[in-house]
Amino acid sequence: MNPFQYTRSSAATGAIQSLIREPQAHLLAGGTNLIDLMKMGVVVPERLVDINPLPLKAVEKTAGGLRIGALATNSEVADHALVLQDYPLLSLAINAGASPQLRNMATVGGNMMQRTRCNYFFDTAMPCNKRSPGSGCGALEGYNRMHALFGASDHCIAVNPSDMNVAMVALDAVVHVKGPKGERMIPFAEFHRLPGDHPEKDNTLERTELITAVALPASAAAFKDHVHYLKVRDRSSYAFALVSVAAALDMDGTTIRGARLAMGGVAHKPWRLHGAEAFLKGKTADAATFRQAAEIAMQGAKAYQYNKFKLTLAPNAIVQALQTASA
Amino acid sequence: MSTKPGKDPERLEKESDAEGILSGSRRDFLKTSSLLSAIALTPGTFIRAAENQWDEKFADVAEKIPLTLEVNGVSYSMKVEPRVTLLDLLREQLHLTGSKKGCDRGQCGACTVHVNGVRINSCLSLAVTNEGKKITTIEGLATGDQLHPMQEAFIKHDGFQCGYCTSGQIMSAVALVKEGRTQSREQISEFMSGNICRCGAYSNIVKAIQEVKSNQI
Repeated sequence: MNPFQYTRSSAATGAIQSLIREPQAHLLAGGTNLIDLMKMGVVVPERLVDINPLPLKAVEKTAGGLRIGALATNSEVADHALVLQDYPLLSLAINAGASPQLRNMATVGGNMMQRTRCNYFFDTAMPCNKRSPGSGCGALEGYNRMHALFGASDHCIAVNPSDMNVAMVALDAVVHVKGPKGERMIPFAEFHRLPGDHPEKDNTLERTELITAVALPASAAAFKDHVHYLKVRDRSSYAFALVSVAAALDMDGTTIRGARLAMGGVAHKPWRLHGAEAFLKGKTADAATFRQAAEIAMQGAKAYQYNKFKLTLAPNAIVQALQTASA
Repeated sequence: MSTKPGKDPERLEKESDAEGILSGSRRDFLKTSSLLSAIALTPGTFIRAAENQWDEKFADVAEKIPLTLEVNGVSYSMKVEPRVTLLDLLREQLHLTGSKKGCDRGQCGACTVHVNGVRINSCLSLAVTNEGKKITTIEGLATGDQLHPMQEAFIKHDGFQCGYCTSGQIMSAVALVKEGRTQSREQISEFMSGNICRCGAYSNIVKAIQEVKSNQI
């Protein structure tokens, strides 16, 4: 690992000042992604600003719902009584990701900031517009088995690797950030972005901003009784998703009052399925309805040479997730 | 499996002192950190004016960071480069080589240790982020010559072949029982999935964990 300078920060303002002062400074939280990337030479920061001492770990009930501090670990959130009670989908999604050891280290803010697992991004001998803008995309004509079906561009077809993000977007979470100009809120669906002409930008967070919390609205708790997170991967645990589906239903008997659906492993951002959700509303929960919803969800999907199997896998996964959630 | 650290901790501490590893006092650290905080909180113009003057001191400060932590009940004070991982600190500086370096990327679990009672991958944790924390490694599980029940169970059930992943498996298994994730074979497998065993001793590892769990009730 290349040498770097290290600052321990105990106040958000100090951490932000460090980012303003040094364009090559990176924030360090759990480190499970950043330290890995630094060992590979993919990210080479001149300074790490260790924000672990910041008081951003609390998970607490608020008037509007639940506020999860950005430095709460993935394990702390997944095991939290209030999360299990009102937002079990989030708990399922987090526990589908990584390993217990990594979830004990990784934070909520860090999970949102994790980089793609595209092999061409990780291999510094390969072209990658995300790692090195303008160098080209190795995956476009390469081994693109893990890659996107939706919202990709000619510059990047990588996917966001997070499971937590898929549940967060389905639950209409809101991201709280702090920067030089003060605080602002970003809807979770607008936090991550599509690659377009700037695949080097994973999200809409400014470089000098810090995530302080993620808020879950009380309204999302209406979906707590019928949830499922289905993750399809190359082995039964501890692997990134080929396709994942977060499904949450608000049911009145066998009638669907409302649905929340999102997919992981298919786009540069967690992929919310608004069209399928609208279709499911008011319908009876049965296999034919779920199949139709899946077809709607897959409209506009575009596969590449090695990920064509996802065109079949993804709708099947949607149907199965809905069936399990509604049961 | 050794039940003692590679070196007597007291002797190690003295050696470290002789090498000047302990010379970074608490006071130096406080000075340093308040210097960094002061600069972090100072308006931009002042910083720009002061920058040149402080550059070298920053470099000195950043080269090695004072660190105090407790490993297996023994307190250590030393100076470490920021890029040193907890795993490398344990193995290379404290000579506690029970924690293994497998992938060095958080994919195999051979480096699993407990930090403040919680299992983590020490290969992805920078040592300097563990200031003031209590670390337990495989060397700290036994009490004298009395092995930890999980160590006994791994031996009894042949929970290993080559042994390279074993210290990580045992550290993970001890935490798993404490977490209460032993309700079924499937749950044990899922919550042990961060520890890879290329010899394939999984079924015996699960048996060892189930025995320790059943003896606890």
